[in-house]
Amino acid sequence: MMNTPAPVLDVHGLTVRLPGGADRRHAVENISFAVAPGEIVCMVGESGSGKSVTAHAVMGLLPREVTASAGRILLDGEDLLKKSPAELRRLRGDRMAMIFQEPMTALNPVMRVGEQIAEVLAIHADLDEKARRARVLDIIAAVHLPEPKRLIDLYPHQLSGGQRQRIMIAAALVLDPDLLIADEPTTALDVTTQAQILRLIRELQLRRNTGVLFITHDFGVVAEIADRVVVMQEGRVVEEGAAAALLRDPRDDYTRMLIRAVPSLTPPAREPVSTAPVVLATKGMSKTFTVGGWFTGRHDVAAVKAVDLYVRRGETLGVVGESGSGKTTVARCIARLIAPSEGAILVEDADVAKLGTRALRPHRRRVQVVFQDPYRSLNPRRTVGESIVEGPVNFGTPRAAAFARARELMRLVGLAPEALGRFPHQFSGGQRQRICIARALAMQPEILIADEAVSALDVSVQAQVLELIDDVRRRFELAVLFITHDLRVAAQICHRIAVMHRGEVVEEGPTPQVFGAPAHPYTRALFDAAPGRNFAFGA
Amino acid sequence: MSTEPALLADGAVSAQRPANLFAGLARDWGVVFGAVVILVMVAIGVGAPLLGTVDPSEINPTFRNRVPGTEQVIRRADGSTTTYRHWMGTDSLGRDVYSRVLYGARISLLVGATAAAISIAIGLVIGLIAGYVRWLDGVIMRFMDGLMAIPAILLALAVVSLFRAGILSVIIAIVIPAIPLVVRLVRAIVLSVREEPYVEAAIMTGTPTTLLLIRHVLPNTIAPLIVQGTFVCASAILLEAILSFLGVGIPPDTPTWGNIIAEGRGLFRVYPHNIFFPGVCLALTVLAVNMLGDGLRDRLDPKLAKRV
Repeated sequence: MMNTPAPVLDVHGLTVRLPGGADRRHAVENISFAVAPGEIVCMVGESGSGKSVTAHAVMGLLPREVTASAGRILLDGEDLLKKSPAELRRLRGDRMAMIFQEPMTALNPVMRVGEQIAEVLAIHADLDEKARRARVLDIIAAVHLPEPKRLIDLYPHQLSGGQRQRIMIAAALVLDPDLLIADEPTTALDVTTQAQILRLIRELQLRRNTGVLFITHDFGVVAEIADRVVVMQEGRVVEEGAAAALLRDPRDDYTRMLIRAVPSLTPPAREPVSTAPVVLATKGMSKTFTVGGWFTGRHDVAAVKAVDLYVRRGETLGVVGESGSGKTTVARCIARLIAPSEGAILVEDADVAKLGTRALRPHRRRVQVVFQDPYRSLNPRRTVGESIVEGPVNFGTPRAAAFARARELMRLVGLAPEALGRFPHQFSGGQRQRICIARALAMQPEILIADEAVSALDVSVQAQVLELIDDVRRRFELAVLFITHDLRVAAQICHRIAVMHRGEVVEEGPTPQVFGAPAHPYTRALFDAAPGRNFAFGA
Repeated sequence: MSTEPALLADGAVSAQRPANLFAGLARDWGVVFGAVVILVMVAIGVGAPLLGTVDPSEINPTFRNRVPGTEQVIRRADGSTTTYRHWMGTDSLGRDVYSRVLYGARISLLVGATAAAISIAIGLVIGLIAGYVRWLDGVIMRFMDGLMAIPAILLALAVVSLFRAGILSVIIAIVIPAIPLVVRLVRAIVLSVREEPYVEAAIMTGTPTTLLLIRHVLPNTIAPLIVQGTFVCASAILLEAILSFLGVGIPPDTPTWGNIIAEGRGLFRVYPHNIFFPGVCLALTVLAVNMLGDGLRDRLDPKLAKRV
């Protein structure tokens, strides 16, 4: 680094002890890093690496049982670990502030947003009502929210996720803190919103010379926003350095592995678009939900509007879009977990759109789903073996034969067959997702729907599960419908891409074409928003 | 392809193993107190004949309204005598209150346990149906709302007046108002569990609806139902006592705590012991059941459990 000014935050040899019975003794062990004024330091690492614990230790928000047992946390030269709770309370909000991942729950739902910002001022600053209001209007304008005068009287539920996160940022920055801690502030947001929030944090931080500790698991975001990067693994700092250098030329093996696992936005060369027979097609499929009840006015919400899609045998079709675009509704209709309101779903030329429960049973065999949340996809009370054989046994396969096949499938998805007798909680997220794939394969389906199947996984595990999905597609000639919001993942695994926006497919074509020359303005906006799009990751 | 460590070996990670639900219950003094009191009451009810009691219905006009501790000398036909001490005195008909209270425990506990079991069994089935069969939901729940709008005592009075007074009609009278509580609880659980991906995965694997409900949904209701059961049990014991007290419950010749209190009501100012002993037993039992339920809920209901 160049000759650095005195850092805002200087963490020195910090060790945080976990209570007995945890999977390791220290949440973080002997970590040191510094944040200079006007600098954004990104702390990256996979889940469980100790990022959030570090942030909470700095804010003095650790749970009672978890204590910092060694080291110093210096904020402008004052050791925070030596402060009393009352002193810390005065510092929080005033000199250091934090924004959280979930803008839905971080705001008080029964308080107007203006009041929530004003509350910070009322506690820390000696201002009268009028001056407070002026400051609140100022900061709301500064985070680029429209009509500040009207907005301050709204409640959080009247705002979108992105707007709420802006309010959080406004509340955090209203007192001009020296240090802002951002704990995955954009993870719950759509990419286009994420891009705006990142730009906003960058802008405010430059103007106010705030030091930012930015916690994320997303290397795209790191490439977008970081000045310096701290890489964490299991509670230790494994590498630290200037962002550009570290991303292009990582020294540590773990960093290298992490960066290599980041999927590229450039689609790899793939076999040409196949001419295999179409296994699945939707014709003008629509789904309209009726909301409201007896006493409130009923109205219809069109979640999916006249969608035409097709998937060939052995091909992966990616459906990408932001939340609310209708992509999951498409998946649920095709799986017939819900019935479409209109249109046809052709599975090998048989229309399954309107079948009743009983007539659907043969169809169930042919279409299988891997869901997003690996922690909720398996019944916690049943062994994974029972979960895998449930389907085949339902369709009359003898238990012994089904178990024999389950053992084979476990080996196929890279797990030990002996693990069939274990319960889901004994497996990690990636392992559970493998089990879910095995459960789907046990039905010998023709169509596999992966509904955000890798979104909840750490990047290194994500790469392996993607590889597995591609592998079983090839091996069993599956038609794969891959639903995702992550363009990088889509680029790597899909032969063709359909882009959804507000319930409609706005663009559809071979992956290289869609990524290389997006035709629809929305597609272009989506690609522009992808974090780290201009950055070629090294390794 | 590289694999996660410990993927192929036997050492799968054992993260966040859910703690055994019943472990540590013995350290909760409320649960211990509740369980001990209930066990003692059960022992008293079952062992009533062995605990130095006499026939609880035997009337002795010459030995009425004696205070606790009075000794009675009983002369046999052959001239020999025995003394019997009325630990809790006698009532206005000369019956031994101690024996009546002990035998009364039988009825109270029987009514409480049976009413809880029956209302949970019926409520569970109705709740599963209401939660899973969408088009029946509205009909069932409005009916349950209607049932809940009628005061339990009133409903019980109506039921008892329709049938012959007796233990069965009292149980029916208690079960009916308790059912909607169970139905609402079960329905709420079913509504949230049916959205779980593992339930949808089971639908995708062609699991028939009945099996789906039994295998994947039902187990989630057990812990909350145990808790709800204790509360139904406590209110059933109280309701039985109230009905007996009002004279519409179990016929007065059968000793129940409610009957004993009802009988002692008339001379309550002069001889408070007629009300005091059954009253204490009733209060203690209801308190014990409620404390057991509270302890179980803290343990079993993750929403109310204290966070670590």
